[in-house]
Amino acid sequence: MDVLSGLIHGFSVAVAPVNLMWCFVGCFLGTVVGIMPGLGPAATIAMLLPLTFKMDPTSAIIMLAGIYYGAKYGGSTTSILLNVPGESASVVTCLDGYQMARKGRAGAALGIAAIASFIAGTVGVIALMLISPPLAKVALSFSSPEYFALMALGLAMVVLLAGKSLVKALLAMLVGLWIASMGTDLFTATSRFTFGHSELLDGVDFVIVAIGVFAVGEVLGNMEQREASQMLPVPKGLRNLLPTMEELKACRFAFLNGSIVGFLIGVLPGAGSTIASFISYGIEKAVSKHPEKFGTGVPEGVAAPEGANNSETGGALVPMLTLGIPGSSTTAILLAALILWGLKPGPLMIQDNPNLFWGLVASMYVGNVMLLVLNIPLIPLFAQILRLPVELLYPIIFGISMVGVYSVSGSLFDVWMLSAFGLLGYLMRKLDYPSAPLILGLVLGDSMERALRQSLMMSQGELGILVSRPISAVMLGLAVLILLLPLFRKANAWRVRALEENG
Amino acid sequence: MKSVANGDVVSGGVLAGLGVFVVVQASGWDYLAPEGPGPGFFPLWYGLALIALSLGLMIGALRRRAAAPEHGVHWGEVGRALFAWTALTVAIGLLNVLGFVLSFALLTFFIVSIMYRRPLGFGLAAGAVSAAAFYLIFPLALNVALPTGLFGF
Repeated sequence: MDVLSGLIHGFSVAVAPVNLMWCFVGCFLGTVVGIMPGLGPAATIAMLLPLTFKMDPTSAIIMLAGIYYGAKYGGSTTSILLNVPGESASVVTCLDGYQMARKGRAGAALGIAAIASFIAGTVGVIALMLISPPLAKVALSFSSPEYFALMALGLAMVVLLAGKSLVKALLAMLVGLWIASMGTDLFTATSRFTFGHSELLDGVDFVIVAIGVFAVGEVLGNMEQREASQMLPVPKGLRNLLPTMEELKACRFAFLNGSIVGFLIGVLPGAGSTIASFISYGIEKAVSKHPEKFGTGVPEGVAAPEGANNSETGGALVPMLTLGIPGSSTTAILLAALILWGLKPGPLMIQDNPNLFWGLVASMYVGNVMLLVLNIPLIPLFAQILRLPVELLYPIIFGISMVGVYSVSGSLFDVWMLSAFGLLGYLMRKLDYPSAPLILGLVLGDSMERALRQSLMMSQGELGILVSRPISAVMLGLAVLILLLPLFRKANAWRVRALEENG
Repeated sequence: MKSVANGDVVSGGVLAGLGVFVVVQASGWDYLAPEGPGPGFFPLWYGLALIALSLGLMIGALRRRAAAPEHGVHWGEVGRALFAWTALTVAIGLLNVLGFVLSFALLTFFIVSIMYRRPLGFGLAAGAVSAAAFYLIFPLALNVALPTGLFGF
């Protein structure tokens, strides 16, 4: 199926009334969770995942993706009105968005954020549609050694998800691998790490870990403090939410910059929308005629990062849909969702599930239009969500988490595990262990072990098979290079320090 | 900072212990079978990596701790989070006795009135309304089962 006929087919799927409804539900929920500080799209998707088991996978992925990109639209609202990012990708929007709001231009800032999100989000979907099919075709030639190398490359991306400490990120990833190997070994039927519990023979369900670490852990972290931030007034009326022509003119380059930078960074597994928004903001400032004004409330300072974090969504879906490699915690959960519905994300995904792939792509065009309509005139209404007392919100999140986990297997043992993983998630936050690598290890661990063992069976135990095939050798080489990156950075820092000390 | 360094030493120790456990368990399974790697192959390697990295983390933290200024942990904040976690765990423990609806109502009441110090009447109303809403949405509207207790709901 070529791109044009694929897209036409996708629109026939996406505009079916039931899919339009789920797309709207996803975009609406995404906007709501984006607005709420402390509740991110990864946690929301994880919580709602069990409820999608009875849904058609195409409708379900349309809804979950709607939450993913909808949250990017909503995330700017709290950055602008409260100086508190609704999600990590909106941190940079605080710099100029909040300053614009303090100058009485909150409406314009919210409008620019919505317009930039729409333009860049649409560019991201176009690029996703054009790049994914050829990439999947290349990956069709993969066998077990290439899959192992691909998984190793995916795990090496942990370097980019590391945050402050690479060692902690690697440790979190190894714990993910350990959890992934719990249960019955498929090759030999040996029980591993089951601690005598028959409930663990099938392994630990991904949903329990994701909901525990993300939703419960996040809420426990937020419950450390009782106070809430003070919100700036939201302007009412469409006219007050539209930016002036001058402001739009000033944002021309920022729209383009955000779209391109966001997509390219999104395609790189591990980089993520927060990095995309920072880089886009940095480029915007670097090429600006008045860089000194950045941080004082310039519209470009809102348009560039907001565009980048929306375009990143399209980019991040490329490796997930075509190679089965998630680049962030949210795409890891989406990947797990596809596996739980019985699908096989990877090179055959587009060929075997054209309804799902093209339906998703077309729904993202539709969803972006819905979000623009939802976000410009209805922002004052959405902002009222911020008035919902947290003491009512937090027990509701706990309740949805318990119901979500219980609905997977009907087992109270799983709900106990939810509590344990919730505590783990909180402690990881407290001790600065990033949670995305744990999820990456958990999602990729099982497939990686299987691919490695199949490869070694093919070669009768000869490890050379992993490097004797060109694609696999290149990917393993890349994985090693990525893992060595921090050493290069450290060596460069020592070199610079030595040069400074000498002269 | 001293508190972070202490946390790294403790968490490094726990993870090193986990690594030792993984290696000991893995050594009891086949490393190589006639048809290829056995069930102990993969865990043995990541277990060893766990030990090596956590020891690295601990050594780095101990070195930093010697030079770092005093920086206290906000135990009050940690206590609040652990208090909330305990409430959630108790609510989970009550699921097979009281069922989801009553356990969840109690959990909501506890968070609203005890942790956030809102009036008792408000907490009771919040608990009752949210538990009823869960019952209406999940078992009745979505046909999703909730854990039931001795009272049958």
